[in-house]
Amino acid sequence: MTPTLPVFLIVSSALFCLGLFAALSRRHAIFILIGIELMLSAANLNFVVFWRFHPTPVEPTGVMVAIFSIAIAAAEAAVGLALVIAVYRHYRTTNVDKLNQLKG
Amino acid sequence: MSSVAFVFIAILTLAAALAAVTLRRLIHAALMLALSFLGLAAFYFFVGAEFVGLVQIFVYVGAVAILIVFTILLTRRETETTKPLHWFAGGAIALLVFVALAWAISQSPALAVSASPRPSISVKQIGETLMTGYVWPLLCLGLLLTAALIGALVLVMEEKR
Amino acid sequence: MPAAVFLDQIFVRAKQFILSPLAGAPPWVTQIVSSLLSISLLLAVFLSLFALMSLWERKILARIQNRYGPNRVGPFGLFQPVADGIKMLIKEDVVPFRADKVVHFLAPIMVAAPAILALSVIPYGRNMTAFSIDGGILFFFAVGSMTELAVFMAGWGSNNKFSMLGAMRAIAQMVSYELPLIITVLPVVMIVGSLSPDAIVDAQTGYKMGLIPHWFVFTPWGGAAFLLFFVSGLVESNRTPFDVPEGESEIVAGHMTEYSGFKYAIFFLAEYFGMFAISGLAVTLFLGGWHAPAGVLSIVPSYLWFFAKLGVLLFVFIWIRGTLPRTRVDQVMNFAWKFMLPMAFACILAAAIWHYAGRGWSGWLASLGFIVAAYVFLSRAAGSRRKFVRRTYRFAE
Repeated sequence: MTPTLPVFLIVSSALFCLGLFAALSRRHAIFILIGIELMLSAANLNFVVFWRFHPTPVEPTGVMVAIFSIAIAAAEAAVGLALVIAVYRHYRTTNVDKLNQLKG
Repeated sequence: MSSVAFVFIAILTLAAALAAVTLRRLIHAALMLALSFLGLAAFYFFVGAEFVGLVQIFVYVGAVAILIVFTILLTRRETETTKPLHWFAGGAIALLVFVALAWAISQSPALAVSASPRPSISVKQIGETLMTGYVWPLLCLGLLLTAALIGALVLVMEEKR
Repeated sequence: MPAAVFLDQIFVRAKQFILSPLAGAPPWVTQIVSSLLSISLLLAVFLSLFALMSLWERKILARIQNRYGPNRVGPFGLFQPVADGIKMLIKEDVVPFRADKVVHFLAPIMVAAPAILALSVIPYGRNMTAFSIDGGILFFFAVGSMTELAVFMAGWGSNNKFSMLGAMRAIAQMVSYELPLIITVLPVVMIVGSLSPDAIVDAQTGYKMGLIPHWFVFTPWGGAAFLLFFVSGLVESNRTPFDVPEGESEIVAGHMTEYSGFKYAIFFLAEYFGMFAISGLAVTLFLGGWHAPAGVLSIVPSYLWFFAKLGVLLFVFIWIRGTLPRTRVDQVMNFAWKFMLPMAFACILAAAIWHYAGRGWSGWLASLGFIVAAYVFLSRAAGSRRKFVRRTYRFAE
């Protein structure tokens, strides 16, 4: 296993920054959700990689956290996308710039 | 050998993620997102966490990608108004964050650890850990998922008029 | 008995023989050669089975409908698949003008790949699992869940209303039936205590009084779970009576409407490979895998038993196609959520009863009682919102 820990971390931070980029610059709600999913995945990768590079990776701690966070990300995606649909029904748009009213 | 595989997986994942956040058409972006999730699953296989990799494919490619795609279909009429300024500002901030993270990673002395021998962690072991040490988080997770299920349903239910 | 053992292990031995010159090579070379051998053997076996099956299906359907079926090309029409293949290859490959070209092109590949991957974790005989992984069952379903995205790609890439409708129907149906499919697997996994197909087959070794094998299908929960699994498998592979997504009389051919020539053939192949995979998993989980049905018959090589059982299940697939009419979309969905899913949960409880009653006769009877009670409740008490009345024919009598 040649790749070292910093290389893995660089990859996961690149993934995180791509997600951040999408969440910051795109204006479509679903793109923002895609960005959030990418950031969550990058964090997940970090958990598993840190577990792998632990001196004694016998206790499956990192794996546990990754499994829990995947499940939570799934719940988050379901609720987030349901919100997008509800907002679309109400305002007929999914562009977050146009959703600037407090009044429904 | 393993570093070749690593470079291949890393390039695949990052390129797919880049495509997912920059493509114009939403459907293409969603498909690319699914590809980058597959790349991540390959990463998990690569570091010896097969179970997480399988769960990743199962949940993300099988469920989350389908959800995103269905939402795109239900909210047609794409109104993407990302201006060049948005692209530039978002890109600059993301790049800045990346540079800061990369600098921190390269400077940290705590990360210079060598990998221990490849751990072999069986599904049975994961199951036993879930049912002993992590049983409360597991139950809470079940509650959370049920709540999310009901919440999502309530959100998208047709309003009675 | 050595001759029987030799025949049983002939493929394993052959592989070891081919790999023996590579003894000094680095491990990854051996690994790659070994995987390539397994992959090519798998593909060869299942592609020929696909060819045979397409002929067999037409023959059986013809017999059910009182005709002869294909009998012109070669003896008994045996070369019909070859003729079909040539016909498919020389047809024009039409891509719609407004189609999303890349997605349209990739969809057939993405449909076929998961079906082929899923075949790799099934134990075909003693020591004959191409890819033995600890979480094999999970691998099977994880890979299988990728099909839905591929079906969506086919529907969306064609840019056709029928395609899109068919894809939506297919995805809705596959997502709903994935739940009963997976939950009916759970009792087996819980009783065996492993997600590995090899361990599940090992747990079904042995015979009661030398006659009745210890297959899970012979326990009440196993039998019920097998039936539920089989029905869900029918839906997952979009076969009649659940071929709503591609019902010719409603939406031309569903997500395959805009495909022609060899791409259409690949969809066809993916459907059949999906059938093989689901039936193979059903054999592994409930029908004892490669174990012989009686202790005396163990001299017959194990892989032959596997393929015999697979053949029986595939025959049932065709038989059902020949005899049952297509269901309606809402019926399919209602059936999934109101009957299949609760019944699958009942199977888990029945398996628990069987396990905690000591896996003996009393547990067997208690488990049977629970299954019957659940069935009666779900089919009568819970599902009687619409009273079925005797149909009267106004003009026919």
